[in-house]
Amino acid sequence: MNYYESKDLGRFAEVGKFKPELMKKFFDYYNDVTASEGALTKREKSLIALAVSHFKQCPYCIDAYTTACLENGANPDQMTEAVHVAAAMAAGMNLIHGVQMLNILEKSGA
Amino acid sequence: MIEFNFREKSLSHSVDLKPMTIDTLQVNITKLCNQACLHCHVDASPRRTEQMNKETIDRCLDILSKYNAIKNLDITGGAPELNPHFNYLVLSANKLGKHIIVRHNFTVTIDGNPQTSESKKYLPEFFAENEVEVIASLPYYQEYFTDKQRGRGVFQKSVESMRMLNAKGYGDESTKLILNLVYNPVGAFLPASQGSLEKDFKKQLWQKFKLKFNNLYTITNMPIHRFREQLERLGTYGEYMTKLVNSFNPSAAQNVMCRSLLSVGYDGKLYDCDFNQMLEIQIINHEPMTVFNFDYKNLVNRNILFDSHCFGCTAGAGSSCGGATAKMKRLSLISTGKVNG
Repeated sequence: MNYYESKDLGRFAEVGKFKPELMKKFFDYYNDVTASEGALTKREKSLIALAVSHFKQCPYCIDAYTTACLENGANPDQMTEAVHVAAAMAAGMNLIHGVQMLNILEKSGA
Repeated sequence: MIEFNFREKSLSHSVDLKPMTIDTLQVNITKLCNQACLHCHVDASPRRTEQMNKETIDRCLDILSKYNAIKNLDITGGAPELNPHFNYLVLSANKLGKHIIVRHNFTVTIDGNPQTSESKKYLPEFFAENEVEVIASLPYYQEYFTDKQRGRGVFQKSVESMRMLNAKGYGDESTKLILNLVYNPVGAFLPASQGSLEKDFKKQLWQKFKLKFNNLYTITNMPIHRFREQLERLGTYGEYMTKLVNSFNPSAAQNVMCRSLLSVGYDGKLYDCDFNQMLEIQIINHEPMTVFNFDYKNLVNRNILFDSHCFGCTAGAGSSCGGATAKMKRLSLISTGKVNG
């Protein structure tokens, strides 16, 4: 058995085997946010979710939202740009901590 | 293990599908095509030789002449323009006052006949003269997806061909000349909403190429023949079927095309749709039905023959030769355990 199995994505609802009322609250919220048109289109929401999936490196989410992007009319150029946004944000978050390094350097008189 | 029993699934939703009418005769007149697309349920290619002969075409015209209820002649293939009797069929059906639809692939106008090299550059003018409704395949408004599915160079040729049709007035709201596009997914996923894709196609094709069309139809890839082989090669056939079954939409099922259309094979055999035709699921009404023993009353009272591929027409917003058949069913992006109902 591997920790990540693609077929487990379809078993997500089974997490509600115990305390189902909590899982129901999650799913109601989740579906209201992701599976409906609002101020953002479903395509825009799918692209955001794809970027977050990569940022958090969740294989289930990458699987689900690559398909969701396609099924909402996105194309590989748009999807790749979304992944680059996640990657650029991750790089920026690393680099901004360089200011902390500079602060410590200054404090130490280096 | 999920069951792919369409009849059982539709009855469990109280959907009992009987024919409503026969207003369209969809005639598949050849399996020859200048392309060999990845998703093609006909397995059409430049090597195919099946052609409807003149006797069978004349019998189709007799049926159209005899039954006023059949208002539409929907000509398909392969590339139907490659049948040697194509022009005769269009001209004759036009004299009968029928609405003529041609399922066009755009590139045949540029490529011509792959077996004889006969030019097909006359097609835009011929379509316009006969006020043919052109329904043309274009899986995406960009080169990558289009060429991946339909072959290298297809997108550029499609743009050139579409420009020729626009020059004759096709796609212009002020003319009677209708150019509708067909989108189908480039892979094992369901189409996006027809309305939102149509807006994208219109905007992108106009901004980048100054091209116009009337409507976009979204069609789901059928898990048969070449597309099924691709799914099996990738190990995703079961996954794709499960997606179709889980996305079953009763309101889409109510409007499936087999309830108002009859499909004719190149040899005159009758089927409930073009997909049943390719699977050789012929209509039997005491005897195998063809255009030569055609009986409207019996056919409109027939039982439609369903199989697992029929889930392709009832998934999500539904799919037919005229595009989506219902509003998009709200589908969760993750399994909540409810969407299967």
